[in-house]
Amino acid sequence: MDSIPKFPLGDIIEKFIDFTTEHFSVFTRAISDITETALEHLIDGMLFFHPLVFIAIVGMVLFKFSGRKIAIGSVAGLLFILNLGLWDATISTLALVLSATLVSVSMGVPLGIMAALYKPFNRVLMPLLDFMQTMPAFVYLIPAIPFFGLGPVSAIFTTVIFAMPPSIRLTCLGISQVPSELIEAADAFGSTKKQKLFKLQLPLAMPTIMAGVNQTIMLALSMVVIAAMIGAGGLGGEVWRAIQRLWMGRGFEAGIAVVIIAMILDRVTQKTASKKK
Amino acid sequence: MCKIEVENLYKLFGEHASHAINDMKKGMGKEEIMKKHGVAVGLDNVSFSVKEGEILVVMGLSGSGKSTLIRCLNRLIEPTEGSVLVDGQDITKFNKDQLRELRSKKFGMVFQRFALFPHKSVIENAAYGLEVQNVPKDERLKKAADALELVGLKGWEEYYPENLSGGMQQRVGLARALAVEPDILLMDEAFSALDPLIKREMQDELLALQARVNKTIVFITHDLDEALKLGDRIVLMKDGRVVQIGEPEEILTNPANMYVEKFVENVDLSKVLTVSSVMMKPFAVTYPKDGPKSALLKMKEAGISSVMVVNRERQFIGIVHVRDVRKAAELNHKTLEEVLDRDVVTVLPDENISSLFTEEKFPIAVVDEKGVLKGAVVRGSLLSALSSEGGIGNG
Ligand SMILES: Nc1ncnc2c1ncn2[C@@H]1O[C@H](COP(=O)(O)OP(=O)(O)O)[C@@H](O)[C@H]1O
Ligand SMILES: [Mg+2]
Repeated sequence: MDSIPKFPLGDIIEKFIDFTTEHFSVFTRAISDITETALEHLIDGMLFFHPLVFIAIVGMVLFKFSGRKIAIGSVAGLLFILNLGLWDATISTLALVLSATLVSVSMGVPLGIMAALYKPFNRVLMPLLDFMQTMPAFVYLIPAIPFFGLGPVSAIFTTVIFAMPPSIRLTCLGISQVPSELIEAADAFGSTKKQKLFKLQLPLAMPTIMAGVNQTIMLALSMVVIAAMIGAGGLGGEVWRAIQRLWMGRGFEAGIAVVIIAMILDRVTQKTASKKK
Repeated sequence: MCKIEVENLYKLFGEHASHAINDMKKGMGKEEIMKKHGVAVGLDNVSFSVKEGEILVVMGLSGSGKSTLIRCLNRLIEPTEGSVLVDGQDITKFNKDQLRELRSKKFGMVFQRFALFPHKSVIENAAYGLEVQNVPKDERLKKAADALELVGLKGWEEYYPENLSGGMQQRVGLARALAVEPDILLMDEAFSALDPLIKREMQDELLALQARVNKTIVFITHDLDEALKLGDRIVLMKDGRVVQIGEPEEILTNPANMYVEKFVENVDLSKVLTVSSVMMKPFAVTYPKDGPKSALLKMKEAGISSVMVVNRERQFIGIVHVRDVRKAAELNHKTLEEVLDRDVVTVLPDENISSLFTEEKFPIAVVDEKGVLKGAVVRGSLLSALSSEGGIGNG
């Protein structure tokens, strides 16, 4: 057995990452700085309002777009979080999750479209997605740090990798599910590819795409504690600190705040998904 | 003039089409090709033409290649070999842009299962063809509204397809095709998904519509009654090949082979035979100036008991019967005026003979739109035509 040496997979990956950090880290660090500043501004912006004003605004917007039930539930949930004294942590988590979602969706949807329209691309992408989703999320933390440094940007990077696959998959699915008869009809009237995409495929795929966005948000939220390990802060940070010091009560309070945020985001996106139909 | 000419068109589905096509040219049939090459035959050397302004019906059983054929006309399916000329241009040589131009300007297509866009309202659906041509919104909505009015859907503009019945959905499909003001309508089993009553109604409306807009229409069906009703000419297909091309009556009275015979044997002939196929030449005609004596003479010569009366322009006026004419002759009348029976049933040559069975009074005069006498239908010829034509199916 000794005659067969261990395959140096770890060494190879390490060398690869060393090499890329050495040559590209100037670049990635710059991105990191910009993103971090932007994120700070976003958080500052959201904290600029008094929490009660913020909650009132959220309540009104949701009342208009998502209905009375969701609006009342959300306001109650947010008030409870405020009462627990987790407002700042919640806002920073919200900013992180929403930024990661924004990045995931704005990359995932185009990738999903391409996968649906170009079969060879699909064949390459799908195994990659399987890989991304089954690899334990912790592992992504390791390369994130040399590239982006400790802090929220590494957290966003890791979250994006982990949370993007459903956006890609469900966009691809939604577009592939458009009945071929309709595509044929669009062709028969002389539509261009672009016209087919924007006038037919995307509108019809919208409910499925929204389901993908919903899943992406949920996955992003599920990453908050892991992200806290590399300094993302927020509610995840609260939980992480509570774990380390065995503050059971505090840990649960922060956990419940995460659940409340998850429920609000879930209901809101589901509602938009079904309304589009 | 020919609007569409299809010449030696082949379509094979599968990877080894080029080997298979040689065997096809040697006369190998669809099943053999499938066995030997694993290639599905869609079209096997199809040639025909569509005249401007006619309704050409392509008929055949399911799987005979009808849908493949109609889709080769606008290259929704790429033919393997052969040419399709539209207005004299070979569209199989068109590039992408030319093809899109052709599809959006010359053709309007109607589908079996409607293929309406569920996220668009009725009027947006009707306007789709114009939308992809980047016609300004006001203009395209106006044209779409006109098309909807044409198919009887005024007032339904803002509804969504899912709120409409099948028949109405297909009207939207038809309006969508008409809105682009195409020269040619391609209709693939457009009425097959509708229930019989609605189907008949739509057929009647299509004919009425065609009389107004006068398009060139290629209509696909597997239903012979529909083919006979709509078609100016019929192309009969089997296993990807054309079996017979002809006018409806030709196909019925003179089927090219056993296959066509089998197809037509169940047709209710009285429903499809027209008056002109059972009428006789008008035997003897007499001008109103002709006196009773000469009329009597002509009837005697022809051996008939009544005679049609026409004017100098050969327009039908009425009938006289031998008994009355003899009386008039005895009374020394100069004209047939007094004995002329003007209360005679008249029919057009292309009317259906089924309506004649309920008539009490024979002969019936056959006249064209200008009133010119074309022939006469007597009870005997009606029945004998039926019994002899009815024999076709038994062969
Ligand atoms: N995409 C395809 N791939 C393989 N075979 C096909 C395809 N489309 C049609 N065919 C075959 O071509 C023949 C004709 O089909 P089609 O034109 O749909 O017939 P019809 O419309 O008369 O029912 C059938 O035998 C069918 O199996
Ligand atoms: Mg078909």
